[in-house]
Amino acid sequence: MSTRTVLHEADIARALTRISHEILESNRGPEDLVVLGIPTRGVTLAERIGVLVSEFGGMPVPTGSLDVTMYRDDLHRHPTRAPQPTQIPPGGIDGKTVVLVDDVLFSGRTIRAALDALQDIGRPAVVRLATLVDRGHRDLPIRPDFVGKNLPSSHEERVNVHLAEIDGDEAVTIES
Amino acid sequence: MRHLLDTKTLSREDAIRILDVAEDMAETQQREVKKLPTLRGKTVVNLFFEDSTRTRISFEAAAKRLSADVINFSAKGSSISKGESLQDTAQTLQAMGADAVVIRHGASGAPRTLATSGWITAGVVNAGDGTHEHPTQALLDAFTMRKRRHGDDSRGRDLAGTRVTIVGDILHSRVARSNVWLLHSLGAEVTLVAPPTLVPQDVSAWPVRVGYDLDAAIADGPDVLMMLRIQLERMNAAYFPTEREYSRTWGLDPMRMDALPADSIVMHPGPMNRGLEISAEAADSARSTVLDQVANGVSVRMAALYLLLAGERDHEGETR
Repeated sequence: MSTRTVLHEADIARALTRISHEILESNRGPEDLVVLGIPTRGVTLAERIGVLVSEFGGMPVPTGSLDVTMYRDDLHRHPTRAPQPTQIPPGGIDGKTVVLVDDVLFSGRTIRAALDALQDIGRPAVVRLATLVDRGHRDLPIRPDFVGKNLPSSHEERVNVHLAEIDGDEAVTIES
Repeated sequence: MRHLLDTKTLSREDAIRILDVAEDMAETQQREVKKLPTLRGKTVVNLFFEDSTRTRISFEAAAKRLSADVINFSAKGSSISKGESLQDTAQTLQAMGADAVVIRHGASGAPRTLATSGWITAGVVNAGDGTHEHPTQALLDAFTMRKRRHGDDSRGRDLAGTRVTIVGDILHSRVARSNVWLLHSLGAEVTLVAPPTLVPQDVSAWPVRVGYDLDAAIADGPDVLMMLRIQLERMNAAYFPTEREYSRTWGLDPMRMDALPADSIVMHPGPMNRGLEISAEAADSARSTVLDQVANGVSVRMAALYLLLAGERDHEGETR
């Protein structure tokens, strides 16, 4: 088994900066943006993107978290997962542009669950998807709008995202 | 978790896990759409051999909010009244494909028999058995205490240092038993106050202090005062002379309520006998958590059903 680092600390920072600029560009500014992370590491990434978008856009952009555990279609195939908190900013999501943030985009099933979860919370005008790594192998017709890095991988490989707030170090590694 | 049968054997970690998941469930109940798709396709049977309104409705609401199908089965008007045994009833439910059975039974230990007999593969939730236990009631009580104490910061916490006084018919109360064990494993200090005739004989083995004087217990300044229902059907058995005397000596009247510390809460598992163990003033005061308990009951039962039913099962039916 070998582990290879595909993104270092500076690469992650650069990727998030670029994603933040792209979000502002596609939304034509910071108005009505809400950035929601999918636990666990998506929330950390969403907070960082929220800070960057607020800085580049010149006004505070609300961030939050969206837990999808109870909307998953594979609950009975895994050990019981503990749900994580969902925190929607006070302004809600109705009529807003919601940017979902996840660390690794793989099968697309998490995002499918996230879209269902969003629907129960409100009705956003637009939903976009940002991911730090897109490793391919989609099971569903879902594609990201903002990607940090496209990472062609085989099914057997594992992609790990480490973030300072959670893991103590910053790196994206691929294990094969 | 495979079954939820009692709080005596429930570990501190599992108890906190249930309470934490209940926090998440409570959050989803603030949403525009309260129904979650989580248990779609699962069948929950409410098997009630004893009368119950709130517990059955609470379990029914919990299962429906998680999109499970609910079958209500009460002993009255069913084959039970024709003499069908628990085994045959259980096997009928198994054949119908029940994934979880919520059982209330007059005999202590009936849920454990159901869970360990091999008659069914479904997860079993004890909704009250004889004078043994009523674990979801104790869990919702602990949830309510934790919420009052820690608010939004409740996740992951236990009840260390919380002083709880339980007053009333301890002898016949499964709610008291479940609370004693759960509160003990969560680090709370429990005091029981009752007429000597309503204290069980084996109470010396329980991790509690026992008192007979409600005024002295209130002067001690408990954080939580939990009043138990006096079961009127037991009045003929001469545990105390008259209702009036019970109410004077062990009832929570307005004067006793005012003697409590300002931030103490008053709990009651319901249904209340207003004017007997609790006065209307106390029941309707801002200290009273009676309605919080009802609302929290749905969240706690959603959490229990989620943890029992959502995960993968291995070949022995164990939810991992």
